[in-house]
Amino acid sequence: MNMNMSRGNLNNGTTISIVFDRLRWEEKELLDKALKLGYNARLVDAKDLVFSTDAIIKDSNGNGNGNTSSNKTSINPDGVSLGDVVIQRCISHYRGLYITACLESLGIPTINRYSVAEVCGNKLLCSLALAKHGVSTPSTYFAFSAEKAIEIANGLGYPIVFKPIVGSWGRLVIPVKDREMMESIVEMREEMPNPLSKIYYLQEYVRRPPRDIRAIVVGDRVITAVYRYAAEGEWKTNIARGGKAEPCPISKELEDTCLRAAEAVGGGVLGIDIMEDEAKGLLVHEVNNTVEFRGAASVSSVDIAQEIVSYAMKVVRA
Amino acid sequence: MVKVRCLECDRELNVPDDAVDGEIVTCPDCGANYEVARSNGKIMLKPAESIGEDWGE
Repeated sequence: MNMNMSRGNLNNGTTISIVFDRLRWEEKELLDKALKLGYNARLVDAKDLVFSTDAIIKDSNGNGNGNTSSNKTSINPDGVSLGDVVIQRCISHYRGLYITACLESLGIPTINRYSVAEVCGNKLLCSLALAKHGVSTPSTYFAFSAEKAIEIANGLGYPIVFKPIVGSWGRLVIPVKDREMMESIVEMREEMPNPLSKIYYLQEYVRRPPRDIRAIVVGDRVITAVYRYAAEGEWKTNIARGGKAEPCPISKELEDTCLRAAEAVGGGVLGIDIMEDEAKGLLVHEVNNTVEFRGAASVSSVDIAQEIVSYAMKVVRA
Repeated sequence: MVKVRCLECDRELNVPDDAVDGEIVTCPDCGANYEVARSNGKIMLKPAESIGEDWGE
């Protein structure tokens, strides 16, 4: 049975499932904190899960009585109930997204919700949501053909930042220096089989210090924030690329910006990435749905995992 | 520690006794990544997925 089950003994039998597909420090930390808070908690490998439309109309005993009770289950080889609440932690965006859709169909509260995951997992949708809600964000342009992408870049001037609309850790994010480089990128992407490669996302190059800010929002609070400094010789600040974290004070401006960004995408547990533009102030450039917090936890006095588990329980009780 | 063999290069790998299902073990010789999978109390290794285009936060 590829499922790690553990039992707390303080909090009235509430069960929390942490769904993962690549076990990282964060998932183990969430399990540890859930158990210490006294909840029944388990790690569930997403790769073992199977769902069925039958599950929506049957309870966990296989009785077709309408799924209105809290005794809901996925149809997996072990027939194990996923409990009262799921923290979705898949590293694969699409796997996590569609498992969340299945879980929500079963009526299982899932953090984050499908609609939030969908917006945050797509930079185009996220930028639109931020702009629609009046959150300051870098000027961003979308083009749907090679010709228009090059035309826009040439019109705006260089440098300009190209980003794939799905992806993370700064992968394939490119500061485009000139027209020749832009044309090469477009030519390369036109040859790629993935249709998303031909959706062009171009963002203004923000003049910022060699750092950005990662703030973590849990529910209606900014629980912590860190500066992320780019590794030597690196432009991107992602911790996954060797960036270093340092504590960042949560000013009123930062707090307001983060909470408005969180609201724009639908709320939940979110990692808000912010740049400090020399002229425009704080600009939100990304909102992350499955926030990695090991780097932040290494310098923050806040117990991030415990905050997330406590929020999950509030969602169950709401 | 539990000793298992790398499926790729046959090097002996040490897996901690308290390793949980899904934990990643990397072979220091060939770099192959494995997931720990317990079966009937016995620790096994299965090849881990490689990084996907949609992996991340």
